[in-house]
Amino acid sequence: MATHDAVQELAVARGRSVTRFALTDALFHGATRACAILVLVILGGVAISLLAGSWTAISQFGFSFLITESWNPVTERFGALAPIYGTLMTAALAMVIAVPLGLGIAVFLTERCPIVLRRPIGTAVELLAGIPSIIYGIWGLFVFAPFLQQTVQPAIIATFKSVPWLSSLFAGPPYGIGVLTAALILSIMVLPFITSITRDVFDTVPPVLKESAYGLGCTTWEVVRRVVLPYTRTGVMGGIMLGLGRALGETMAITFVIGNAHRISPSLFAPGTTISATIANEFTEAVGDVYTSSLIALGLILFIITFIVLAAARYMLMRLDARTGG
Amino acid sequence: MPAFAAPTDRPSKLEVRSLSFYYGRQKALNDVSLSLPERSVTAFIGPSGCGKSTLLRVFNRIYELYPHQRAEGEVLLDGRNILDRSLDLNLLRSRIGMVFQRPTPFPMSIYENIAFGIRLYERLSKADVDARVEAALRRAALWDEVKDKLQASGLSLSGGQQQRLCIARTVAVKPEVILLDEPASALDPISTAKVEELIGELETDYTIAIVTHNMQQAARISRHTAFMYLGELIEFGATEQMFTAPKEAKTSEYMTGRFG
Repeated sequence: MATHDAVQELAVARGRSVTRFALTDALFHGATRACAILVLVILGGVAISLLAGSWTAISQFGFSFLITESWNPVTERFGALAPIYGTLMTAALAMVIAVPLGLGIAVFLTERCPIVLRRPIGTAVELLAGIPSIIYGIWGLFVFAPFLQQTVQPAIIATFKSVPWLSSLFAGPPYGIGVLTAALILSIMVLPFITSITRDVFDTVPPVLKESAYGLGCTTWEVVRRVVLPYTRTGVMGGIMLGLGRALGETMAITFVIGNAHRISPSLFAPGTTISATIANEFTEAVGDVYTSSLIALGLILFIITFIVLAAARYMLMRLDARTGG
Repeated sequence: MPAFAAPTDRPSKLEVRSLSFYYGRQKALNDVSLSLPERSVTAFIGPSGCGKSTLLRVFNRIYELYPHQRAEGEVLLDGRNILDRSLDLNLLRSRIGMVFQRPTPFPMSIYENIAFGIRLYERLSKADVDARVEAALRRAALWDEVKDKLQASGLSLSGGQQQRLCIARTVAVKPEVILLDEPASALDPISTAKVEELIGELETDYTIAIVTHNMQQAARISRHTAFMYLGELIEFGATEQMFTAPKEAKTSEYMTGRFG
């Protein structure tokens, strides 16, 4: 009964292996779950400590914190309206500039670009993402802002001087630094995110789908507008949201070029501030509980703004998907 | 290689004159000449890689989307060379429509899939577009199946319905020539029968070129058949003659399944 013994032996060996597999599997399962839970714990921890830290400011100012413009450390009267305005305004302007530009580059790279240029342009755009934000800040302050101050801004101010609404939007004096300069720098910084993600998702459109659109006699514009963009809208929206998230939270470059003034001016050339720039500038010199707490409250507001933006994007995509049924 | 005349009394719609085609350095078509008679179905058969799909892709110059692909020779549509660089590509593609192997509905509603192509070329009132969409869907024998859900996504249809939607989309633009690149190879037998029936009906109005690897299908639906092998046109003639008494030894070997 030698064969019988061999079979028995094999079964025992297999049984041992299976037990070992089950053990490692359970370990692996537990490890991945722990990683996932860790994210929630960190997120919750950040939210709770922000809330706790800002409690002094919240209980002192209440809702008026959100709608007060003045930011006065001497009298300890703090309001977040100017930084909130600056954050939303610079991010929105940056997206207005960067989204069409990024989509344009992505369309060119995927639809029109000669093969030899494809890699160099793609790599150049991606390298933009690798430049540290402090470099953007220094470049913005010492090169870009003086250039705007001396050439671009005077020309724009002169041009729109007598146009009713635009004259206040582009009112002087030309400081060089200000909301528009910050938005321009931001748009350069978020451009690579939008471009590389949209290019990657444009590449996922099946060639035969584009062929059938071209086969109907569509121009490149029509193919992009009616076939490529609808097909890839989720991915494109993801790229835009990633860029927007970056624009909302960007700190160093903005701090250099926005002017750090706690006021809301109708002119885009005027200095302003953002939430993250205010925190970076003032945290080291914040004396007293109310001042520190107000800065933490600003952080909490940024946290909430980012959350709302992401939630709104998700909701918009759900609506779109529901409408087209695909 | 002799030029094959259309073995018919119908006038020639599309005439190919010593056409060669290259994928980079690799030659895929070698000196092909033939002419497609007007308002009839011409089938292209042959083993995989014989160049039949390549030939079809020259007719609407869709190959130009890709670098390193080029055609030499002449293709005359009503006597005008379509390979001429000065020819307007969009206009050419509105005259020569194409349906692909896999259904390719656009990511939009069923109605928009059809209306989209119409609006590219014509400015019509809403009512006129509606009428054209209905006519195209009726022509593709799809109207009764979709008339109650025109606003649903084109992607929600079954594979066979999607393919008929693509045919309707092509027909709606009112082309003169329709190119079909293995239009039924991804479909089930019932959908295939419907598509074949549809092709038979379209023949009264359009010049149709169909690539197929299904010889029974070629025999069923075409008036003329071209047999291609290794980038060359081996034989071109009336379908009945090709299937019953082919002139070339290669043709009969392929037809009887000795290779391919």
